[in-house]
Amino acid sequence: MGLNPYLLVAAVMFVCGVVCMATKRNGIGILMGVELVLNGANINLVAFSKYGSIGLDGQIMSLFVIVLAAAEAAVALAIALNFYNNHLTIDVDQAAELQG
Amino acid sequence: MEQILFYFYALVACGCAIAVVLSQNVVRMAFWLVLSLASVAGLFFLLDADFVGATQLLIYVGGTVVLLIFGVMLTASGPYVQLKSSPADVMQAGLIGVAFLALVSSTVLAVNWEENEHKIAGHATETAGYNPAQSGNTSRPIGTALLGLRFDKDLAQPGDHAAEGHSHGGHGHTHDAKAGVSTGYLLPFEIVSVHLLVVLVGAAYLARAKRRNVAAS
Repeated sequence: MGLNPYLLVAAVMFVCGVVCMATKRNGIGILMGVELVLNGANINLVAFSKYGSIGLDGQIMSLFVIVLAAAEAAVALAIALNFYNNHLTIDVDQAAELQG
Repeated sequence: MEQILFYFYALVACGCAIAVVLSQNVVRMAFWLVLSLASVAGLFFLLDADFVGATQLLIYVGGTVVLLIFGVMLTASGPYVQLKSSPADVMQAGLIGVAFLALVSSTVLAVNWEENEHKIAGHATETAGYNPAQSGNTSRPIGTALLGLRFDKDLAQPGDHAAEGHSHGGHGHTHDAKAGVSTGYLLPFEIVSVHLLVVLVGAAYLARAKRRNVAAS
């Protein structure tokens, strides 16, 4: 197996995440899109760690990405709960207070 | 065998990612997300990254998705709430997504990665490893690297060509005989751990139980 198949899988997951972030109106769905994007990036890092010359550094970077994704999910869910408490919905189109 | 496993995991990962985009129910999205992330962990195991794969299974599949499902549970006003996007939005996003995928994949296929690797690293790409090739035993080198010690680079002997050529895998360390002690990741590790602590305290503060409209009454 070469490098290219892994990069193509990562590209498909990345694009799915971006489309998911763009189309979903549910806030939790947008968070799932973010998770897909970060996983696509992780596949790239680990694939270059095996087939490139960066050695173990790619895997360590992907560990940092996983930890930061967990932190991001925790904060974003707290924000989503606050939003739901204030608006009684999770539809992100309802968050229009900051529009001028 | 590796080919078959790769195609299986790749198909499950991509198909479930597409199913996450296409499904409208949030709970079904979470289910497809679990399948997709688990098969990404399988891809990590195929790439000889056993510690990262195990971490993916434990933290993502076991932690983050459960957190997301709790979020669904706490925010759903009905059992089958569906927030549908308008078809025009879906069409636009689908077209842009297909164009973006074509761009990224054509870029990936246009670059000759092997040749670039030789250009970047020069002719000194001697792949020598702390572990023998394809043992996949990465948890100890990762642990010492997070503590600031790079045994995987410093203990590699110059003549120790455990894995020559990129197709045979190994970890592909660039060995530099002149370098003294390679740098590790102690400071980023500490930063990320303090970051995680602060983020969890902040999340607990943001999501604390409070009565609705306290100020109004």
